[in-house]
Amino acid sequence: MCLAVPMKIETKDGSAGVVSYAGGRYDVRLDFVPDAKAGDYVIVHTGVAINKLDEDEALETLKLFEEIDEISD
Amino acid sequence: MKYQTEFRDRSAVRHLVERIRHTADGMDEVKLMEVCGSHTMAICRFGIRQLLPPNLTLLSGPGCPVCVTEGAYLDTAIAMARLPDVVIATFGDLMRVPGSSSSLEREKAAGATVDVVFSPLQAVDGAQKSPGKRVVFLGIGFETTIPGVALAIKEAATRGLTNFFVLCGHKVIPTPLAALATGATRINGFILPGHVSTIIGTRPYEFLASEHGIACAVAGFEPADILQATLMLLQQLRSGTPRVQNEYTRVVRPEGNPGALAAIDEVFEQTDVVWRGIGVIPDSGLMIRESFAAFDAKRRIACDVEPTIEKAGCICGEILQGLKTPRDCPLFGKACTPVNPIGACMVSSEGSCAANYKYMEAPGE
Repeated sequence: MCLAVPMKIETKDGSAGVVSYAGGRYDVRLDFVPDAKAGDYVIVHTGVAINKLDEDEALETLKLFEEIDEISD
Repeated sequence: MKYQTEFRDRSAVRHLVERIRHTADGMDEVKLMEVCGSHTMAICRFGIRQLLPPNLTLLSGPGCPVCVTEGAYLDTAIAMARLPDVVIATFGDLMRVPGSSSSLEREKAAGATVDVVFSPLQAVDGAQKSPGKRVVFLGIGFETTIPGVALAIKEAATRGLTNFFVLCGHKVIPTPLAALATGATRINGFILPGHVSTIIGTRPYEFLASEHGIACAVAGFEPADILQATLMLLQQLRSGTPRVQNEYTRVVRPEGNPGALAAIDEVFEQTDVVWRGIGVIPDSGLMIRESFAAFDAKRRIACDVEPTIEKAGCICGEILQGLKTPRDCPLFGKACTPVNPIGACMVSSEGSCAANYKYMEAPGE
């Protein structure tokens, strides 16, 4: 039930916004991401944005997957 | 979808699986628990268990809100649904969950007004449009969901509504983890819920590592996320340095979401609640504060609730604590299926039994 997905903010009017996801547009509340702006990706759960998606951090995590171990056996 | 394909990349997954095997090699049996129902779904859907070495066991935890919602809560919702001027607004997950003698779905078929909503704010709009009705939103869920419900209650107050109520059944995550950590399950590490942690941050888990020596990693919901978190846990255990690591840094910050936490604290306070199949866990649930009592369905809506009967025969309680797996239950896949669920873990699509049933090979194999 804690499913939440990244959606892109298309327009913002105060604490209300419109986000796009998989070809659809949805109303969303942005009360908890006060500094989010149009063009940002936010994680949306039950019609409420619960945080911004940090693209730099996403790229850092992807780099982590390529690491090589240095475990000595 | 943004950052989905990259986190499902075949070569990244293969590389992570190799590193997990390499790290687990020579270790004693390791038991990890994925706390969140959405993780359970992803692990079953992507066949992650089958990729892991034999000395590494992934157990499913109590993190499916529908599964741990006690029968008395459902019986209360059903009793309210039977009142002629009440509209029940609920997430779809609760519709089919059996109460003692009925379900919301059956009450709807019998003429009650039960509306499925995607957001608690939709229920606020519904109350505003129907001044002659009392709209009761069924508030279940963990910290991911709770800020939105707090927002809905505050919104109803701002709009001056007197016909919007929440039947509060919310629970919080870190408290039962402490109960599990000190219980019979002997968990070595927790894969911690990414979206609950989006709200509460990583700090509320630190006692699990420092006081109980349990490895902890917050994870996202794609296969590579879950495998990377698994690798982090193995590395912590291998080096004997349990701590809280965060794999899901693209969404989770150490401090969580301060605005959402403030909204929760403004509207709700902690209380002891029953977890279905587990029992009472102190300070593991929320109730609506006195200052918002006008929106509390428990305080404001009188109804006759039938005595609660818990179904006998299933082992959901032990499954929710990681003591048993769905395969250990004699009813699993036979008497108990998603079409005819007996226990709570089979009712919700994110329940451990339902997820295992949906993605498993044929029962009995």
